[in-house]
Amino acid sequence: MISDKNGKHNGSKVSEPAWVRYLLLAAALGFLALFLLLPLAALFAQALDKGWEAYLAALHEPDTLSAIGLTLLTAGLCVPINLFFGMVAAWAIAKFSFPGKSLLITLIDLPFSVSPVVSGLIYVLIFGLQGWLGPWLQDRDIHIIFAVPGIVLATVFVTCPFVARELIPLMESQGRDEEEAALTLGASGLQTFFRVTFPNIKWGVLYGVILCNARAMGEFGAVSVVSGHVRGSTNTIPLQVEILYNEYNYQAAFAVASLLALLALVTLALKTVAEWKIQQDRSVTENER
Amino acid sequence: MSIGIEGVNKNFGAFAALSNVNLQVPSGELVALLGPSGSGKTSLLRIIAGLEMPDSGRILFDGEDATRRQVQERKVGFVFQHYALFRHMTVFDNIAFGLTVKPKKSRPAKEEIRDKVYTLLKLIQLEQLSDRYPGQLSGGQRQRVALARALAVEPQLLLLDEPFGALDARVRLELRRWLRRLHDEIHVTSVFVTHDQEEALEVADRIVVMNQGRIEQQGTPSEVYDRPATPFVYDFLGNVNLFQGRVHEGTAPQGGMEHSSPEHTTTSDCPAVGYVRTHDIEIERLPLDPSSIEAEVRYILAVGLLVRVNLALAGGDGAVEVDLSREVAGRLKLSVGDKVFARPRQVRVFTDDYQI
Repeated sequence: MISDKNGKHNGSKVSEPAWVRYLLLAAALGFLALFLLLPLAALFAQALDKGWEAYLAALHEPDTLSAIGLTLLTAGLCVPINLFFGMVAAWAIAKFSFPGKSLLITLIDLPFSVSPVVSGLIYVLIFGLQGWLGPWLQDRDIHIIFAVPGIVLATVFVTCPFVARELIPLMESQGRDEEEAALTLGASGLQTFFRVTFPNIKWGVLYGVILCNARAMGEFGAVSVVSGHVRGSTNTIPLQVEILYNEYNYQAAFAVASLLALLALVTLALKTVAEWKIQQDRSVTENER
Repeated sequence: MSIGIEGVNKNFGAFAALSNVNLQVPSGELVALLGPSGSGKTSLLRIIAGLEMPDSGRILFDGEDATRRQVQERKVGFVFQHYALFRHMTVFDNIAFGLTVKPKKSRPAKEEIRDKVYTLLKLIQLEQLSDRYPGQLSGGQRQRVALARALAVEPQLLLLDEPFGALDARVRLELRRWLRRLHDEIHVTSVFVTHDQEEALEVADRIVVMNQGRIEQQGTPSEVYDRPATPFVYDFLGNVNLFQGRVHEGTAPQGGMEHSSPEHTTTSDCPAVGYVRTHDIEIERLPLDPSSIEAEVRYILAVGLLVRVNLALAGGDGAVEVDLSREVAGRLKLSVGDKVFARPRQVRVFTDDYQI
């Protein structure tokens, strides 16, 4: 963020002359416009190229509707699973010390450091026909790879760090004092969690959920490996965009892609609000010390 | 409620926080656990509260074993150094918390809770701030809210962990006097942890001096101040001068002086250290008796009620700090470089097997 206030305040002390500062500012804004705003504008322009009706028609196409439904289902399952896992893991890491704690932190970060393609392949190797459990699953007619469960599993794996990663530093900075105070006042473990711990981390939780959701809906690599690209059945929005694009159906591809772009904008707005609220809570914490 | 602590040990990894601690706190007393950081005083307090478990030993409440009791069952009020107020709750909700989390059948009615909270708000003189959040209060106000919150559940025992440690000097002074008055009113058995000797001496009925996980001495404030049992207590409470020397059959020649040491009549020629309080040294212009030693004034510092004089002993045997009253200092009219004679009024000799 560029702060006018600071800029003016330091103006007389900064050694660079005004034209250098404006040049830097112009360069930064120009870069943003060229690489972020221009593509975004192009995307919407392409999507609406043949008019509003064609845009809506592209979205109403049955395969696209099915892709939207699958994406919503995947996110709807992944977010609660990772919300639960993230809160439990962050609670354990931030409030207790136990052997293997740093290993757990490293493991939580693993999906960030592994390529999404590999994340998808892991599941193919386990559940695929040639995988460890493949024959066993086939005997029982259970489909995981090239089916919805595989997509959900791969997405859970890829999005698992988001909530935990956000909450660990937040909970560590808040310490255990308030929980201990609640316990000495006679509150049970659950009362302590819902009345003391959760209200202190709710904005952090929201932040994690937003990022987790954005990634769950937008994930391409891992899902692409396990999905099998069955139209109207195992295609998520990003996969549907790819298919439409490969069929030279640019307008429809961009129309569907615009949904992801809109999701990104909403995510950005919510994220800013959550960040602002966390910052507020943080400054209260510091104030109290 | 009385507290009994029997043979409590606590280790954090290789660090021994408490080694075989035994202590009795009679009902209704206000006791200070005094010691430097790392002496185990906070660990002991947290073990009494049930926030930590001892590795071995027992905690007795009114003679009953409470070692395995959960924190929630112990009915203690705990006040934290950094207040630990619930930051997203108002002052009112903070104080009411302990009452609102009670199980339904023992929970007081809404009006009852409100009356109780307002009574406590009156006690801490913050009635008009009931709608504020902790972040909007000053440190002293927050600590009073924390105290009211602890008192709301009518604890059998009040435990305070460095309750005034994070406050500035003036507020600290005010609040500790308030705590003393409060205790005289409600008489709940209280234990507070402090590293501030002045605070312990002023507030407590009894002081327990701790060092390296052990209790060095316990007694009334005047007992521990006037008759320190160990060199550590001498050093930790009040200002003290050390004279290195030896002790032989009841006399100890040290730094050009010779004092009698009745405790050591049977000791023969053993290294020893003499402890003299800074206000237990007289300064005169002329030698009064053979125990006076010659010295030179190095610097003079007027600190509040006292004038601190730093002397270099003749023969280069180190420096001595002396606290004089303004009156005496005025009479002596000392200035830097003056030759004077110093004479200790009271010396306590410890042989070297005592280690600080």
